[in-house]
Amino acid sequence: MPLPLEDILVVDLSQFLSGPSASLRLADLGATVIKIERPGTGDICRQLYVSDVDIDGDSTIFHAINRNKLGYAADLKDPDDAAKVMKLIAKADVVTHNFRPGVIDRLGFDYESVRKHNPDIVYGEISGYGQEGPLAAKPGQDLLLQAMSGMTGLSGNADDGEVPMGLAIVDLWAGGLLAQGLLAGLVQRGITGEGTLVNVNMLEAALDFQFEPFTIHLHDGSLPERTASNNAHALLGAPYGVYETADGHLALAMGAIPQLGELLGCAKLLDYPAPASWFDQRDKIKAVLADHLKTKPTQAWLDVLEPADIWCAGVMDWDTLFDHDGFRVLDMLQTVTRGSGTEYRTTSCPIRIDGEPLKSSAGSCAIGEHNAAIDRDYGLAAAAVAGEA
Amino acid sequence: MRKPLEGITVLEFCQYLAGPWAGLRLADYGARVIKVERPGTGDACRQLATKNIRVDGDSLVFHTVNRGKASFAANLKDPDDLAEVQKLIAGADVLTHNFRPGVMEKVGLDYPSVKEINPGLVYASVTGYGPEGPWRGKPGQDLLAQSLSGLLYLSGRADAAPTPMGSAVADGICGVHLTQGILAALVRRGRTGQGALVEVSLLASLIDMQFEALTTYLNDGGRAPRRSAVSASHPYQGAPYGIYATQDGFLALAMGPLDRLGQLLDLPEVSAFDNAPDAFAKADDIRVMLADRLKSQTTDHWLSILEPADVWCGRVMGYDELREHPGYQALEIEQTVTRDGAPPVRTLRSPVRFNGERLFCDSAAPRIGRDNDTLRAELADA
Repeated sequence: MPLPLEDILVVDLSQFLSGPSASLRLADLGATVIKIERPGTGDICRQLYVSDVDIDGDSTIFHAINRNKLGYAADLKDPDDAAKVMKLIAKADVVTHNFRPGVIDRLGFDYESVRKHNPDIVYGEISGYGQEGPLAAKPGQDLLLQAMSGMTGLSGNADDGEVPMGLAIVDLWAGGLLAQGLLAGLVQRGITGEGTLVNVNMLEAALDFQFEPFTIHLHDGSLPERTASNNAHALLGAPYGVYETADGHLALAMGAIPQLGELLGCAKLLDYPAPASWFDQRDKIKAVLADHLKTKPTQAWLDVLEPADIWCAGVMDWDTLFDHDGFRVLDMLQTVTRGSGTEYRTTSCPIRIDGEPLKSSAGSCAIGEHNAAIDRDYGLAAAAVAGEA
Repeated sequence: MRKPLEGITVLEFCQYLAGPWAGLRLADYGARVIKVERPGTGDACRQLATKNIRVDGDSLVFHTVNRGKASFAANLKDPDDLAEVQKLIAGADVLTHNFRPGVMEKVGLDYPSVKEINPGLVYASVTGYGPEGPWRGKPGQDLLAQSLSGLLYLSGRADAAPTPMGSAVADGICGVHLTQGILAALVRRGRTGQGALVEVSLLASLIDMQFEALTTYLNDGGRAPRRSAVSASHPYQGAPYGIYATQDGFLALAMGPLDRLGQLLDLPEVSAFDNAPDAFAKADDIRVMLADRLKSQTTDHWLSILEPADVWCGRVMGYDELREHPGYQALEIEQTVTRDGAPPVRTLRSPVRFNGERLFCDSAAPRIGRDNDTLRAELADA
């Protein structure tokens, strides 16, 4: 069976993580994604190192985000290059960008301009804070968005100060929403034949991610309060948290406190029979649990709790996880190959379609790696000469 | 404005958060989403009250994630109810469920059976850990999936215990992926008429969420992530990346070359570092110097110096402070939904806009079986 997005052509003008993560997902699902980059430097993400390791001179995260895409180098400020890109867009189904508001208009690739060349286009854009308001021109950067949206008060314990989520969750969430919006636009185009403009901004994405605690705040004006120890979710009562054991850590998600007391052989927990106390007195209960769970290894607790259907799990790091059959059955790793012949290991799409994992052996593109092929296949060479724009 | 998914019908057999969050998005984008719930108790999320807060008998989180949906009460073990549900399935475009592996088979609503009724159906399932393997029977719960995925070694300080992300991140990201898979399958159906089986799991979604860090780990010889000792925020970002205490609050510092930052903050010892290599190799030393300096003045003071110099920085705000900010107010992201006869619930609207329009929805989460009569009448007319 064809992949869901076979024959869909995506022209991606975005860089960094949010926009490119959306086009990666469309590529996973079968679309052809052409990554437009400025000649020479390309996507700034290539130089955004996250460690001392690089692959073919580019950062490891660039390779994670940009596999299975075709590279097309073009200077959008150069009339000839711009004409070619617009000719390519005229044949595309989807266009995406994440320039700051105003920049795309100056380049002449805003929705209205693009629509003149391709009325049915599904056009997606990600901004930091929307097109309006006093923040519109500010940099839309993940940590800054986490900081301003209350998100850094959710993780860690009450006395830990600000604890950000340790990965770029706002970028990823915004990219995830953009991919949804683009796909909804394609569904609609299949029904009505009309194109769509899809707008996502990182501030709304950061709030959507927190809709659960944020709605509580809208309801009673309270701010999330983390527990003194073993915090895992500011809005949930004991035992919800991660606890040290004699040889590792144990996550406990749910369970009636007196039942836990009996199963774990911890008499002090029998003092909390009322379900309301599991929230109101959660700090005390968690302290009791923390003391008690240190006394035996993780597996000893799992052996008691799992048969009683208590929701619990050991805590794993990547080394442990990758060795586990529970991870292997997901089949989520793949080796991909770049045009240079360089191979690297990375993850694959988390969505299965028709029972099959979605994989592709194509590694990340070099800047302009596919210019000649794309010029030829899409008939772009003539665009500059004819001055079409 | 026509919403993009108008005309699409979704039957949601999901409970709790991951699946219903996907259903919420499809409803936001214009689909008609019908929750199929057991009579009496319904979706277990109705009773899962965070902070013990309930509105009109249902938890606040249930109201939030199920606004704009319909409810059809049906006991799948009752043959008459099941026959009605099968008729609904025959006319639906999408079905979602998050039962543990084997449950839908028992009631005869597994994909091969349902495909007989409706070959064009997009059938989507959410599990905790995939349909096979040693964890297939394990509860698919957010914190447990986080704990198994390695994610607990990314947030928090170097000396902190394994630190979960303090929200339902596994449910959330899995709901995002479920929505993507369903929509992609609908795109194909629009072109070829084919139905599809779409499968996601909490664990696979958390692996995908860590794809940047994991690709680094997979190509650097398997080095474990190293969380910072001070101002920890992201184990794969060098200095200054982090959040720092000031005299009166906290300042987030994302990027800025060290030499320039040293000049602006009057810290020659920071300027002396060699930008690229030292930002990683000496990250914690640099963060200590920054932390000492930044706590001596107010957040406003530092912003007035750093922002004009285009250093990527910002103030740390709580929900209350954010809501006062004109930048937040310009979004108009809040909305009120009201269930007949119950107190209104203030919540957020769809974060995706179409054709420049914000998508609002004033229809509240349904009571169990609210739409049985309407749907039965529609089946009778069909």
